[in-house]
Amino acid sequence: MRRWVDANSWTLGLAVLLAVLLFATKLIQPGFGASGLDSLARAALPFALATVGMAIVVLAGGIDLSIAAMMAVASVTGAVLMDGATDAQSVPIVIGILLLGLVMGAINGTLITVSKVPDIVVTLAMLFVWQGVALLILNAPGGAIAPWLRNLITGSFGPDWLPRAVIFLAVVTAVIWGPIRRSKLGLRLYAIGSDPLAAFRSGVPVGQARILAYALCGLFAALGGLSVSMSTGIGEPIPGPYLLASVAAVVLGGVVLGGGRGGLIGPILAVFILRTVRMDLTLLSVDPNVAAIIEGSIMVAVVMFGAVLATRGRKA
Amino acid sequence: MTDTPTALGRLGRLMVDRPLLPLIGLLILLIAVLAILNPGVLSLFWASNTLKIAIPLAMLAACQTLTMLTGGIDLSVGTAATIAAYLTATLAPLIGVPPAVAVALLSAVLIGLINGFGIAICRVHPLIMTLGTALIATGCLLVYQRYVIATGVLIPDALLWLGTGRTLGLPNSLALFIPFAALVIWGQRRSGFGRLLYAIGANEAAARLSGVRVWQVHFTLYTLSSLIAGVTGLLYLGQIKTASLSLALPLDLPSVAAAVIGGTSIFGGRGGYGGTIVGALILTVLTSMLTLMQIPEGGRRILFGLIILAVTALFIRLTERS
Repeated sequence: MRRWVDANSWTLGLAVLLAVLLFATKLIQPGFGASGLDSLARAALPFALATVGMAIVVLAGGIDLSIAAMMAVASVTGAVLMDGATDAQSVPIVIGILLLGLVMGAINGTLITVSKVPDIVVTLAMLFVWQGVALLILNAPGGAIAPWLRNLITGSFGPDWLPRAVIFLAVVTAVIWGPIRRSKLGLRLYAIGSDPLAAFRSGVPVGQARILAYALCGLFAALGGLSVSMSTGIGEPIPGPYLLASVAAVVLGGVVLGGGRGGLIGPILAVFILRTVRMDLTLLSVDPNVAAIIEGSIMVAVVMFGAVLATRGRKA
Repeated sequence: MTDTPTALGRLGRLMVDRPLLPLIGLLILLIAVLAILNPGVLSLFWASNTLKIAIPLAMLAACQTLTMLTGGIDLSVGTAATIAAYLTATLAPLIGVPPAVAVALLSAVLIGLINGFGIAICRVHPLIMTLGTALIATGCLLVYQRYVIATGVLIPDALLWLGTGRTLGLPNSLALFIPFAALVIWGQRRSGFGRLLYAIGANEAAARLSGVRVWQVHFTLYTLSSLIAGVTGLLYLGQIKTASLSLALPLDLPSVAAAVIGGTSIFGGRGGYGGTIVGALILTVLTSMLTLMQIPEGGRRILFGLIILAVTALFIRLTERS
C-alpha cells in the first residue's frame, strides 16, 4: 500500500486537487450539478483526447507538434463525408477517419525513423502539411456530423453525475491503450522512451515501436478531431489551441519530457483540472483574458515546481 | 571514406566543412526556378523586397539559433516581438516615442527574464517554459488592449523609415540588420559567451565540470533572445504599419525552420548564424515562389512543410555520410 502510494503520489495529488476544485466550484455556484459537469466534460473531451495522444508519444521519448493539425484533418474529413449521409453510412466513415488518423500518425513516425531528422523538426514540418491538407479538404468551417455522434457525448449515462463524455473518454482510452500497455508493445514504448540505445541492444525494434507510438498519437488525434466536430456539429479546418494545452497537460500529469516515465491517468486528470480552473474563473465572472493569464501562470508554476522536485529527487 | 571518396561523400565533406556553400547553392537554384516560372520577376526591386521580408524572420531566427546551440528553443519570440510592437504603437501617442520604445523593450526583456528563471533555475524544459510564457504574455496583451482601444495608434517615423524606406534601392532595414548579424556572428564565434553556448550544447555535464556556470549562461541567453525578439518587433511594426495582436506570431514556427534549414542542430552544439540567414532567405524565396505559382493556400502549406523536411533530411543524410 505504502509503495503504491509512493509510486502514484503525483497522480493521487492531482486527483485530490481535482476533487478540491470541483468542491470549490460547488461553493462558488451552489446550483452546479449534472448539467455543469456535462458541459465541463464535453469542453474537456478534445483536450483530453489530444493529451492522451501526446502522452503516448512523449512516453516513447518523442513529441508531436502536428497533433492539432491532424485533429483538424480528421474533423473536416468527418464533417465533409458525413454531410447528408445516413446513420448507416456514417459508421464506416467514422472507422475510416480513425484509420486515417492511424495512417497520418504512422507517416509522422515513419518519416522520423527513416529520415533521422529530430522529431521536433519533422512534426513541425508535418504541422504545415496537415494544416494544408485540412484547408484543401474544407476551406472554411462547415459540413455536418451525424446526429448519433452528437448524442454520444451529450447528457449523462446511468447516474446523473456521470457525463457521457467522461464515459466515452474512459472507454476509448481503455480499449485502445489498455491491451497495448499490458502487452509487449507497451513495454517497448516505455523502453525506447527511457533509453533507445539500451532498448535497441535488448532487441527492441526501436523504429517499429516509434512508428507505433506516433500512429497511436494519430489515432487519438483523429478521435479528438471527431470530438471537436461532435460538440460543434461542424468541421473546423483551423487547428485549435490543442498543441500547447496537450503538452502542458502531459507535463502537469507527471509524464517526463524525454520519455520513459509516467502514465495516462495523470495527464487526463490534469486536463480536467485545467478545464475546471477555467470554468471556475468564468463562474467568478473573471474577464476571460485574465482567466487565460491565471491559467497560464498556474501551468507554468506547477511545471516549475515539478521540475524543481525532479532535480531535488535526482540529487538525493 | 578515406580511400575512395565518392561524389556524395565529397559533397558531404564539403557540407561539414563549409555548410554555407550548398545552402547558397540551394538558394540560387530556387531563384533560378522562380526566374524560369516567372520570367521578368527578377529585378533589383524584387531583390530588395525579398531582403526586406526576410530580415525580421532572420532576426527572430537568431533567437532560435542561439538557443538551439545550447540544445534549447525559444517559442516565445513571436509573442515578445508582437508585444513590443503593440506597446510601442499604442503608448507612443500617450507618453512619447522614446519612453514607449523603452517600455516595449523592457516588456520583452521581462518575458526573457521569466523564461530564464524557469529554464536556468527551475530547470524546466525550454519548449514548455517558452510556450507557457508566450501564453501568459498573450493573455496580458489582450487585457492591456482593452484599456488602450480608444487612444489610437502612432507608429514612430524612425521605425517607418527603417521598416519600409529604401536607400539606393536597398531596404533601410539592412542598416539595422548588417551590424546585428555581424555582432551575432562575431559573438558566437569569438566571444567567450558564444563559445560557452557551443560547450553547453555539445556536453552540458562536461561544461559544468569545467567550471561553467550553466545557469548564468542560460539566464543571459534567454533574456538576450527576448531582447532580440523585441527589437525585431519594432522593426516589423515599421514594416507592416499596423498594430495587430497577432503581428509576429506567424513567424514563430518559420523562425525555427529557418535555423534548422540553416544547419543548426536542434540538439545543440552545432550550427551558426550564417547558415540561418541563408535559411531565412531560402524560406522567403520559397514562400514568394509558392505564392506566384497560384497554388491554393492549403497546397502551399503542404509544399512548404515537405520542402523544409526534405532539405533538413538531405542535409543530415549528407553530413552523416562523411
